[in-house]
Amino acid sequence: MALLELNDVSVRFQTDDGPVQAVDRVSWSLDSGEVLAVVGESGCGKSVSAMSVVRLLPPSAKVSGEARFDGRDLLGARDSELRAVRGREISFIFQEPMTSLNPALTVGRQIGEVLRRHLGMSGAQARDRTLELLDLVGIPAPQRRVGEYPHQLSGGMRQRVMIAMALACDPKVLIADEPTTALDVTIQAGILDLLRDVRERLGTAIVLITHDLGVVADIADRVVVMYAGRKVEEAPVHELFAHPQHPYTVGLLAALPQASNGSGRRRLQEIPGIVPSLPEPPRACTFAPRCPRADDRSRSEEPPLGEVRPDHLVACFHPGEEPWPEGWRS
Amino acid sequence: MSVQEAAVLSPRARMRRRMRRRLLRRPLAVAGLVVALMFVLMAIFAPVIAPYDPGHSDFSAALAPPSSEHLFGTDELGRDVFSRTVWGARASMQVGVFSTLLAMAVAVPIGLVAGYYRGWVDPVVSRITDVMLAFPFLIVAVGLAAILGPSLTNATIALAFAAVPALIRVTRGETLALREEDYVRAAIANGASDTTILGRHVLPNMTGTLIVQMTVWIPTAIIGESLLSFLGLGVQPPTPSWGVMLSAAQPFIDQAPRLVIFPGLAIFLATLSFNLLGDGMRDVLDPRTQN
Amino acid sequence: MSDPTLEVTDLRMHFPLSGRLGRAGAVVHAVDGVSFTVAPGEVLGLVGESGSGKSTVGNCIMRLLEPTAGTIRLKGKDITHLSRSQLRPLRREMHMVFQDPYSSLNPRMTNGAAVGEPLRLHGIAQGKDLERRVAELFDQVGLNPDLRHRYPHELSGGQRQRIGLARSLSVRPSLLIADEPVSALDVSVQAAILNLLTDLQHDLGFACLFITHDLSIVEYFCDRVIVMYLGRIVETGTREQIFASPQHPYTQALLSAAMTPDPDVQRGRQRITLEGDLPSPIDLPAGCAFRTRCPLAHESLPKSEEEVPELRDVDGDGHLVACHLARHGRRVPRLGERVAPSTDRVAGR
Repeated sequence: MALLELNDVSVRFQTDDGPVQAVDRVSWSLDSGEVLAVVGESGCGKSVSAMSVVRLLPPSAKVSGEARFDGRDLLGARDSELRAVRGREISFIFQEPMTSLNPALTVGRQIGEVLRRHLGMSGAQARDRTLELLDLVGIPAPQRRVGEYPHQLSGGMRQRVMIAMALACDPKVLIADEPTTALDVTIQAGILDLLRDVRERLGTAIVLITHDLGVVADIADRVVVMYAGRKVEEAPVHELFAHPQHPYTVGLLAALPQASNGSGRRRLQEIPGIVPSLPEPPRACTFAPRCPRADDRSRSEEPPLGEVRPDHLVACFHPGEEPWPEGWRS
Repeated sequence: MSVQEAAVLSPRARMRRRMRRRLLRRPLAVAGLVVALMFVLMAIFAPVIAPYDPGHSDFSAALAPPSSEHLFGTDELGRDVFSRTVWGARASMQVGVFSTLLAMAVAVPIGLVAGYYRGWVDPVVSRITDVMLAFPFLIVAVGLAAILGPSLTNATIALAFAAVPALIRVTRGETLALREEDYVRAAIANGASDTTILGRHVLPNMTGTLIVQMTVWIPTAIIGESLLSFLGLGVQPPTPSWGVMLSAAQPFIDQAPRLVIFPGLAIFLATLSFNLLGDGMRDVLDPRTQN
Repeated sequence: MSDPTLEVTDLRMHFPLSGRLGRAGAVVHAVDGVSFTVAPGEVLGLVGESGSGKSTVGNCIMRLLEPTAGTIRLKGKDITHLSRSQLRPLRREMHMVFQDPYSSLNPRMTNGAAVGEPLRLHGIAQGKDLERRVAELFDQVGLNPDLRHRYPHELSGGQRQRIGLARSLSVRPSLLIADEPVSALDVSVQAAILNLLTDLQHDLGFACLFITHDLSIVEYFCDRVIVMYLGRIVETGTREQIFASPQHPYTQALLSAAMTPDPDVQRGRQRITLEGDLPSPIDLPAGCAFRTRCPLAHESLPKSEEEVPELRDVDGDGHLVACHLARHGRRVPRLGERVAPSTDRVAGR
């Protein structure tokens, strides 16, 4: 049984410009000790789908479907049950450590608060555990850092503090929403190493939400690709990169500058158009307007998820690895 | 409306439509808008709306209670309270609006220069406004009006002067923020002159804030005008003003409390409506506010 | 041999910190002695992480800031300390594209007005002629000319960057400074803008200073590369030199940290991690600024604590390094095997 499971989860927002279907019947699951990457560009619904799991969405969001943690229903749970899970069994790290940490409290107090609240630790116990955690996340001289404020730390350090807070209660699942996007490249590498370490030493499963395919290649076990609120592809990481099937994935990989190096300044693959913001889930393939393989069928029917290769799901009527035609425009 | 239909409208119209929708979702703001508009119309069309001349005294009907002839009754000189209330809106709106506009005309350029150029101008302006802001608005207005002498014009000037420091602060703050925007840097890179930058790039992007400020200062000025008239420093009788009506009604509070209630209610509703409208507009204009 | 389009000599930009009790006189050394040239039509990549000073260099060259010291020569003319009015005619020759598509355009101006502003300000075109030119520019950057009458908030990030490019290139500058032009865009849009830049550079032939932290873009787009750390240049060379045989330990770490979108390659690589935090630019370490994090620091003592390493052409091939460990005939030790992603690809496929 999967540790964390989303089944047909949909999220709908009421905005000033009308309704928006941010997530449309998305399902994915996370096994114990696994790193699942949810990949997509901005507006694809990847963050929203993960936040919906623990109801961390604004009140204007309507969530439907099922989310289960360790077999327990999350979407229908009472607030008190949910609070016991949030931060304790499922914890989070976000993109901007500066805004996620309270600038008015020292690092030690913030981590200590989590320990006292969720685990009922005493002051002394909390302090010991805090030092342990800071050491675990690779912060040198933790005794000194404990009394420091977030603004005294560098971006990388703050992110490590966030990870320490997230790991305080030894959660089974860590949801990391773009944890390295705001960091410098050299720091990014360190954070990813830390996450890998966390998974190996503590057995924590990780949901990594990102737009960066390089990060995915570095650390993910399995990958879910999302587009316009729908899951369009899912596969183990080596399989996805070696044999991408959905034209969006193919295009995305070909759009990276790394893709054309070693062969001169060849043109990068463009995906013309923009990610749509859809008021209603259309009865068609959401990618069709931008897709070189689109035909009447994909414009009038929603492609179901099918297993095209072993353990490799794609929602496409024309899956395949062939690259986009040169200079194609929609 | 479908994507295609939306595309047909011009960009300005679409923006206005969206704002209208956001505003309409806030009933308090809509109520504020309606009532404020009502007072403005009342001020403009006072001669048409008021059944009687506000200065016309009918001593035989002095202190009469509300009736079909006199909707709000009459005051101690037999004048129709309803007509006076309606005409009083004129004084309030005039002073309220004009003093705010005058204050902006003075404060905005100063704020722009201080915020954009910094240098020595900014600290000097900031310290001066700090000192001026140490005095409460109404005290400054009353003091200045006393010095200038009682009249509608002087009241307008006094209230404008009292509002200037706070408006300088706001404008300066906005300018400081806007000058860091990339499009300002791009304009500098284009070799644009400072006047072009301030006029085309900074000021137009401040209009939202300035509109909101207007909805804050107009009601403040209305209260200011009422106070000044109450103290005899603003509008002089026989010109009706809510403040004057309040002042004159004092000896008759026991006999005819309505003489206090009606002008008081008018002041209350007028200021409240602008405040609610201002709150609503602030939300509407801030793109980050969620529903 | 034509004059370089841009010549920067010993550029320094120091920002005094005002009014801090007990720290009056503290100075942020944002740029601390930077020299380089850009030849006509060349694309020079300026790479660095936060605190490197790369954006400040761009702002100095654009004269959005006045340098504390050093000289900047644009097409031979010294623009370092010219006044605003003196600079105005020269501003035709250089322009800038900004990172944030959402703040680089005035929300109150139509797109057409934004693109036409430089032409108008420099008196190059007006009225009908201006209209026509603006429409042509829209076409050139791949935008429907009808969008001239729309406002920026109606466009996507990628479209706005195109507007920014159209605006910058409207006056046919000799130098385009691109400050992280694609960092705020999604990957698929990034590709389109990079393709566009490639085309425009090919058609219009401008020199380009491309400021970024993204090495994969540098490798794709730039002819030569400069690597900056804490306000100083640590290494410079051609694309091949930098990516195939990086010398400076920081460059090596940077390259090793860049992620390859290929799990086999990425996980097979040995990563060089830098210890410690970025030092504060107010309080630069004496001598070599990188020594507090350098994996080879112990080898360069005691010199690294006393002397700032000079940028030297160790082998006479135009590949310059600022490292005490770089000497003629002796290269800086390689910190790990298979460091540079592109060499992996060349070797493995």
